[in-house]
Amino acid sequence: MSEDRLDVRKTYKLLINGAFPRSESGRSYEVTSAKGEFLANVAQASRKDVRDAVVAARGAQSKWWDQSAYNRGQVIYRLAEMAESRRDELAEHVRLAEGLSSKKAKASVSRAVDRIVWYAGWTDKIAQILGSSNPVAGPFFNFSVPVPSGVVGVLCEQESSLEAFVNAVLAPIAVGNTVVAVASEKKPTPAALLGEMTATADFPGGLLNIVTGFTGEVAPTLASHEDVDGIDLGGVDEEFANELAQLAAGSIKRVLRPGPNEDTSLRRLRAFVETSTVWHTIGQ
Amino acid sequence: MSEDLTNSSLGAMAYDPAPESAAIARLKPAYGLFINGEFSDPSSHESFVTLNPANEESLASVAQASAADVDRAVYAARRAYDNVWSKTTGAERSKYLFRIARLIQERSRELAVVETLDNGKPIRESRDVDIPMAAAHFFYYAGWADKLDHAGFGRDPKPLGVAGQIIPWNFPLLMAAWKLAPALAAGNTCVLKPAETTPLSALILAEILQQAELPEGVVNIITGDGSTGAALVDHPGVDKIAFTGSTEVGRLIQQRVASSHKHLTLELGGKGANIVFEDAPVDEMIEGIIDGIFFNQGHVCCAGSRLLVQESVADEVLRRLIRRVDQLRVGDPLDKNTDVGAINSAAQLARIKELTAYGDEEGATRYTSSCSLPDKGYWFAPTVFADVSQSHRIAREEIFGPVLSVLTFRTPEEAVAKANNTNYGLACGVWSEKGSRTLWVAERLRAGVIWANTYNRFDPTSPFGGVRESGFGREGGRHGLEAYLNV
Amino acid sequence: MTSDERGVRLPSNSSAPVIENESQLRALLGGLSGVDAVGAEARAAKLATRSLKKSTKLAALDLAISMVDLTTLEGADTPGRVTSLCTKAMHPDPNDPSVPSVAAVCVYPDLVAHARSVLGTSPVKVASVATAFPSGRASLNVKLMDVREAVSAGADEIDMVIDRGAFLSGHVGQVFDEVVAVKEACGRAHLKVILETGELATYDNARRASWIAMLGGADFIKTSTGKVGVNATLPTALVMLEAVRDFAETTGVVVGVKVAGGIRTTKDALRYLVVINETAGSRWLSPDYFRFGASSLLNDLLMQRLKQRRGVYVRPDEFSGD
Repeated sequence: MSEDRLDVRKTYKLLINGAFPRSESGRSYEVTSAKGEFLANVAQASRKDVRDAVVAARGAQSKWWDQSAYNRGQVIYRLAEMAESRRDELAEHVRLAEGLSSKKAKASVSRAVDRIVWYAGWTDKIAQILGSSNPVAGPFFNFSVPVPSGVVGVLCEQESSLEAFVNAVLAPIAVGNTVVAVASEKKPTPAALLGEMTATADFPGGLLNIVTGFTGEVAPTLASHEDVDGIDLGGVDEEFANELAQLAAGSIKRVLRPGPNEDTSLRRLRAFVETSTVWHTIGQ
Repeated sequence: MSEDLTNSSLGAMAYDPAPESAAIARLKPAYGLFINGEFSDPSSHESFVTLNPANEESLASVAQASAADVDRAVYAARRAYDNVWSKTTGAERSKYLFRIARLIQERSRELAVVETLDNGKPIRESRDVDIPMAAAHFFYYAGWADKLDHAGFGRDPKPLGVAGQIIPWNFPLLMAAWKLAPALAAGNTCVLKPAETTPLSALILAEILQQAELPEGVVNIITGDGSTGAALVDHPGVDKIAFTGSTEVGRLIQQRVASSHKHLTLELGGKGANIVFEDAPVDEMIEGIIDGIFFNQGHVCCAGSRLLVQESVADEVLRRLIRRVDQLRVGDPLDKNTDVGAINSAAQLARIKELTAYGDEEGATRYTSSCSLPDKGYWFAPTVFADVSQSHRIAREEIFGPVLSVLTFRTPEEAVAKANNTNYGLACGVWSEKGSRTLWVAERLRAGVIWANTYNRFDPTSPFGGVRESGFGREGGRHGLEAYLNV
Repeated sequence: MTSDERGVRLPSNSSAPVIENESQLRALLGGLSGVDAVGAEARAAKLATRSLKKSTKLAALDLAISMVDLTTLEGADTPGRVTSLCTKAMHPDPNDPSVPSVAAVCVYPDLVAHARSVLGTSPVKVASVATAFPSGRASLNVKLMDVREAVSAGADEIDMVIDRGAFLSGHVGQVFDEVVAVKEACGRAHLKVILETGELATYDNARRASWIAMLGGADFIKTSTGKVGVNATLPTALVMLEAVRDFAETTGVVVGVKVAGGIRTTKDALRYLVVINETAGSRWLSPDYFRFGASSLLNDLLMQRLKQRRGVYVRPDEFSGD
């Protein structure tokens, strides 16, 4: 019975400012499964799309930071709820994209959801780890607080289609940044699906923007865009990363390159945070 | 003076009754002890009744846990710790706590009504403060369970084991959250004893723990009177005791565990000084004084029960304060427009009356709110004593009711000296528009919590606790984990 | 007390301070207490949780209706538009004569005469904006001429704007002098002074501007023109009601408060009534001392009123769209 029924296929679009447009260039590119079967014609983002995404991210950033840390945590946790409730769908996407066995794909999704939960719990704690009151030698109350850099560009890893995506985009979001993410070029569909879930997770428009397409084409725009405060170069090879880092230097961007002990260190949480220190006199 | 010319009465527009429905509580006629994941009868088959202090009607019958029941509960907690919880990863513990937080949010209206019925506090407060804060506390500590390596206590800090936790009647569900959330996040299992007069919200919480499918024995909730608490404190199978209540009982507990190796944290009484300088933002300061002492009927350990007002503005502040006190709406706690509810018990009411009588005897000037009080139930009209001095009993003893003592000071140094002239040290307030002076005063106050231009603000991220005889240990924040880790 | 045809104003023994120069004014303003924004907003939020039911709600709805200054201040206003507005002002619900008329209509000065002729002998007043509303950016002469023309066209009330540029650049004496001058130009018309609290930005400024206006002779202080991004808010009204309360206690003079802009629902309006009730008190629970500058609010009040009586929600088309 069900074999006779034709299924309704999904068009994968970009995520910009809480909406799901096609590329303004009208282009798409063919994405295949790990085994080479046709999966979808995914939107192929242009430089203009990247620009629009940056505008959206900038527009959303001060409102995201104005929310209480508690509320930010609730929003991220809601994404975990959405992802968990649709875990089978995510697992299927990961299975096809990465060529994993069903069991391994499910395990990957489990880890990804637990990672979202991990980040949800950081929003109202990171200040207690990275901040401090400083005992200066004088009658001053001196305290340091971590504030977000602003808009962060993320070049997602190419091979790990969901776990690495979650890890890379939620870290800057958890500390108050907004993100323009370039999904894995060849395996974008799990990230695109998670992007769809942000729409039901109370993510404000512009908090997470996802562009799909050719990393080589859009990355330089992101790296050189002066209204982007930081960039994560995780998803490109060393040579290209060096090029992009050069471009990023033009506006003194914060640059994150993948490093050791990612899981145990808080490197990703510290990467796109600025320390703001206040002095206040103490006296009658 | 000119008030006659304006001929304006505050609160003249009467609000019709706006009652919340008691039926939302869905109370059962009787509750058992929550041990090892299920409700069971106490070994003695003894029970007692919990009343609604607003009308003295009985709400439900709850079990009286005997020493044998305490033993059963501790054993269940120990077994759960050894076999299950100590082997549960932080990530999994985190998700249990997130579930509990969500369930509290989902059942928040029901919990708020139960809390108001059992405690006597206004529904507006249980709805807007107690229940949301309880959920938030679980959310906050849920997020620590999988991050203990980063909490500043070294890599892989270990829990203590079984925690025995005794909580008071003033914020029943919130106090249960303050105890359970950090303990569970750190990997301990718990035996919680709610206060005798307010057991119900903790028993609903037990149902929530079942809905969350928390493994049996991880949390046990046993109701009873002081003897149940004593049995828990004395039990050799408990690694940690956490107590919130009076300094008097805290002292006894500390004595009882002195020769054991039990870890102990205490959150005890206070006689908070709310310090008002002449440059305080006037209208907000009046609200802050009111919030400081009449919020929760004054049943708050950190209440601003002493107003220290700069002498140059004392008359004006007192005038505005009295005018504001008269506006407080005292009455049916289930009415959404009620500001001040019922006193929690006949015993507490008697204590308030006894201590307040000293104020009259000692010659302080008493102002009592002109509000009318219901016939049935336990009620005390908001009261302000002016012309109080440091040697008066009402300036030194914790009344734990809606009674404010007003003293004056001349200089910041004198304010600090007077504020610190107590064996307590829980909380203080400072009101001034001059930041440097506020900070100068704050760093000299001997108190665990200092509120500047606000009062009675709580947040799960903010450490709360006292110094000296107000106790030791902190609840809330990263610091709150320390009480439940072997570090 | 002396009173004029339109109601009680300045008591003959009032003890309002006489302002002789800017530095004296500055000293007085400097002596006012600051406002803690967090505390003011928390107080307003708590008052917003009050629940008005049954007879209180019914009475409050009628009171709110009677406090409305039904407003049209558009470049595209025509005599036809003003006719509709005035008709609605006199009989908000043609099917129910028990509905009170509103307090006033509020129009631009060149439409005052027309409004006056439509309203005839109705108790509904004609309020006119003036002084180069909404920006106030014109010479004092032009602004006074604006006032005089509106008054001679028959305006009962004048809604002026203060010079925010002068206020924000510290020329409080100039702001004060303009209020005094406009009050004089009003003659027997009542003066409402619009502070434009959205542009003043802080509650401290709202408090100081309130006092400048009251000392200058304002009969009402008003939050906003309704023409900028931030208009009336509950905490701002709270601060202004505290100011009129304190002013009345200090001087014996009762100044009214008008909130304008962004008040669209009954829920909003009732919250303002609660704030009045618990801040300044019963004296201000009257159209003589409190107004809502609004347009779409009226229909929502009518809808709620009908719902209370009929028990069901009605369609928006039940009422005139004017």
